[in-house]
Amino acid sequence: MLEVRGLKVAYGGINAVKGIDLDVKRGELVTLIGANGAGKTSTLKALTGLHKPISGHIYYNNNEITAQPPFRLVRQGIALVPEGRGVFARLTVEENIAMGAYSRVDREQIAADQDRVYALFPRLAERRRQLAGTLSGGEQQMLAIGRALMSRPQLLLLDEPSMGLAPLMVHKIFETIRAIAAEGVTLLLVEQNARLALEVCHRGYVMESGTITLADSATALLSNPQVRQAYLGE
Amino acid sequence: MDIFLQQLINGLVLGSIYALVALGYTMVYGILGLINFAHGDIVMVGALVTLTVTQALAGSGLPAPVILLIAACAAIAVCILLGISMERVAYRPLRRAPRLAPLITAIGISMLLQYSAALIWGKQYMPMPELIKTDHYAVAGAQFTGLQAFIFLLACAVMAGLLWFIKTSRIGQAMRATEQNPDVAGLMGIDTNRIISFTFLLGSALGALAGVMVVLYYGLGHYFMGFMLGMKAFTAAVLGGIGNVPGAMLGGMLLGLIESLASGYIGDLTGGVLGSNYRDIFAFLVLILVLVLRPSGLMGQRVSDRA
Ligand SMILES: Nc1ncnc2c1ncn2[C@@H]1O[C@H](COP(=O)(O)OP(=O)(O)OP(=O)(O)O)[C@@H](O)[C@H]1O
Ligand SMILES: [Mg+2]
Repeated sequence: MLEVRGLKVAYGGINAVKGIDLDVKRGELVTLIGANGAGKTSTLKALTGLHKPISGHIYYNNNEITAQPPFRLVRQGIALVPEGRGVFARLTVEENIAMGAYSRVDREQIAADQDRVYALFPRLAERRRQLAGTLSGGEQQMLAIGRALMSRPQLLLLDEPSMGLAPLMVHKIFETIRAIAAEGVTLLLVEQNARLALEVCHRGYVMESGTITLADSATALLSNPQVRQAYLGE
Repeated sequence: MDIFLQQLINGLVLGSIYALVALGYTMVYGILGLINFAHGDIVMVGALVTLTVTQALAGSGLPAPVILLIAACAAIAVCILLGISMERVAYRPLRRAPRLAPLITAIGISMLLQYSAALIWGKQYMPMPELIKTDHYAVAGAQFTGLQAFIFLLACAVMAGLLWFIKTSRIGQAMRATEQNPDVAGLMGIDTNRIISFTFLLGSALGALAGVMVVLYYGLGHYFMGFMLGMKAFTAAVLGGIGNVPGAMLGGMLLGLIESLASGYIGDLTGGVLGSNYRDIFAFLVLILVLVLRPSGLMGQRVSDRA
């Protein structure tokens, strides 16, 4: 479904991603783990058109999508839950969720999907008319995920959804991620919480200073001594 | 005659014009973080186009309202075209450049518009043909003209419409989203470049309308008129809290009132040393006071949620 070849991303003179290859097959759950500054967010920014790569190719459903603007990619079924959630602080919960469906026109389906998001996150339903900026971190993360689902993505990219959340909330978010995957959405999950990510996903990539150093099944990575030492704290 | 009431009426009319122009500054600032110093000159172009079209049609035998409507449409069309091209050609390539670059560009465009206007229309004052006879109405010791009432009511209607549009329409929601976080707005499927173009379109159309009102009200136009008007409207936008749409409306009205009332009393207050021709100092006094006492303006957003 997604094929990345020789992707390079730079900011001015700083090379953040130095030519990586990455594949995600339809229906898969894939995780990309790595330390701070490894280039994970930069990779996702290139995939979603937020930052133009300096070279390399990105194919989605066998079409090249390299450097297409984000709004085009959403319409083709790629959604991103950005790092730091990126909720619209001065819009209400309801308006944020409506923004997620901006690219769609099927009103009845949108209303149905909205109900599903509220069913998934009853806390958001209680806070419909509250400004998103006043939500707690965990609630904002739910909102960001719910909003992304409103575009009916085929491929959902998540950038550190567990960042800054209490263990109970992290658990809840990962449960939701499982549920989303169970509905047939393909997932690429960027995480610092490597153990949880590898437990949920089928395959994983390990990124270090802009390059991919390991690519394997999640079970293999979980038992890999290097990974255990560097990312699982053992 | 009641000076207070009279100046109140004058102030509301003046404030309507400031408010319409201030909206152009505030909307562009909200979405791009840019102070579009050329906006006042867009108003000037709107005013001069209105004058040209009215002068050309004055002898045509068409009824006055029709002539004015044609002139206003022409002014709005020209200003929209100018505003959109300005963004597309000058500001868009500088989107990721350091902030100083678009600011200097804005000043450059302002001068470009002024001197182009001087070439096209000349540097003399252009008079507005007398199309409508003004009728006077009296209220409690003060009087107002039909034209004043028309300007005030039209401005209020347009502003109410704008608020409603931004609050409820699909484009309005996209404008608010883009203003708050352009990257995430793109991720939602919003073509942010089109929304930015549209913001310039709206601001320029409102500016053109203000230009029409100015020539109707003062009966004159001039290639440099956009400068002072622009500075005042910018002050109004800062007073209301730049980036805040209702704030620009409030700031415009307040500034109009302050200026009118102050110029009505300045002669008495200074024992005749300063006359009402010193009215311009009040706007800038207000600007300085706001910047010192409350830089975020009356309805300004808290800085934290703009991060
Ligand atoms: N806008 C930017 N301008 C300049 N350098 C940047 C920018 N964004 C990221 N970088 C640099 O690119 C490198 C990769 O950053 P990136 O955000 O992709 O890392 P990351 O793997 O997502 O890290 P984290 O886990 O901390 O989120 C870093 O060295 C970072 O400093
Ligand atoms: Mg990151």
